[in-house]
Amino acid sequence: MTFINYASREINCKIVYYGPGLCGKTTNLQHIYDSTAAQSKGKLISLATETDRTLFFDFMPLELGTVRGFKTRFHLYTVPGQVFYEASRKLILKGVDGVVFVADSQEERMDANIESLYNLEENLRSYGYELMKLPYVLQLNKRDLPNVVPPADLTAELQRKGEPVVEAIASNGVGVFDTLKAVAKQVLTELRKS
Amino acid sequence: MANSPILIREQRYHQIKALLARLRLDASARLVVLVDKDGQQIAVHGELGELDTTSLASLAAGNVAATGGMAKLIGEREFPTLSHEGERESIHISVIGRVLLLVVFDDRSSLGLVKLRSKQVSQELAQAFAEVERDSQASAADGSLPFGEITDEEIDSLFSQP
Repeated sequence: MTFINYASREINCKIVYYGPGLCGKTTNLQHIYDSTAAQSKGKLISLATETDRTLFFDFMPLELGTVRGFKTRFHLYTVPGQVFYEASRKLILKGVDGVVFVADSQEERMDANIESLYNLEENLRSYGYELMKLPYVLQLNKRDLPNVVPPADLTAELQRKGEPVVEAIASNGVGVFDTLKAVAKQVLTELRKS
Repeated sequence: MANSPILIREQRYHQIKALLARLRLDASARLVVLVDKDGQQIAVHGELGELDTTSLASLAAGNVAATGGMAKLIGEREFPTLSHEGERESIHISVIGRVLLLVVFDDRSSLGLVKLRSKQVSQELAQAFAEVERDSQASAADGSLPFGEITDEEIDSLFSQP
């Protein structure tokens, strides 16, 4: 839920990166963290297992700039992608303002993408949110791998509502900021409507 | 948007800050933070030092969400308070409706005192936040949110600021 604080002149919004296990959600955040100036970001918090799999969430606050005298801060979260972390994954969606679905473009991960997307819609519904009404971006990640599904086929399978689709290679930063901008713009545009 | 925005006017913010300041004094605490259940920091008062209160707020909300999930699994609605005691610093969290009151304290205070003082101030904080929610709904209804007139150019300019 967006917070507008008149006293500190700040707008705070929450964006969640969702997707199947090992699709690159944490890698997206890591790239944003590594490429952002120190004064624009807070700490990157990772609640991960000993093997670096996300256990609960990753979190980083990011300041984008000022609009109408208000600092805009985006709180970026990832969810744990592994199927058995369902309970904690759902908790992270509470109060979300915008969602990025990170799809793994590899052929063998197609079923995992579909399952995760279905799971996202279901978990949003449990809070009374509708994916169709939420700022939302589809990222097709890992485009550099050899066995990837063509973007058109992935889009046909995974696009839900004409949302922006961004091709990405999060490990080297391709498409990461385009994805963030696409979702952040939608969140701010929604703010205008509300 | 999933929900309409929460809007905190200056007067309300200072009212909340004053309540936090009083609690900090009464509880002999190091720091008091009011956090939304979704992880957004609302107000903070006390010895900040180098402490990253944004991360603290996010982790506190995650902590309460996780223990709330455990509560439901065993048939409880939620755990209204959580305490974490360290060697030197400790944290006490009270769930007050949709906000969390987080008190950081050291050996200048005690868990019992922090619990007592937190409980005493919780009703006033709940009332203050209820007013914040009423303000927000009223602003959303009458279209007086500050970004109603925001232009596409202004949004675009955010992404070109250095």
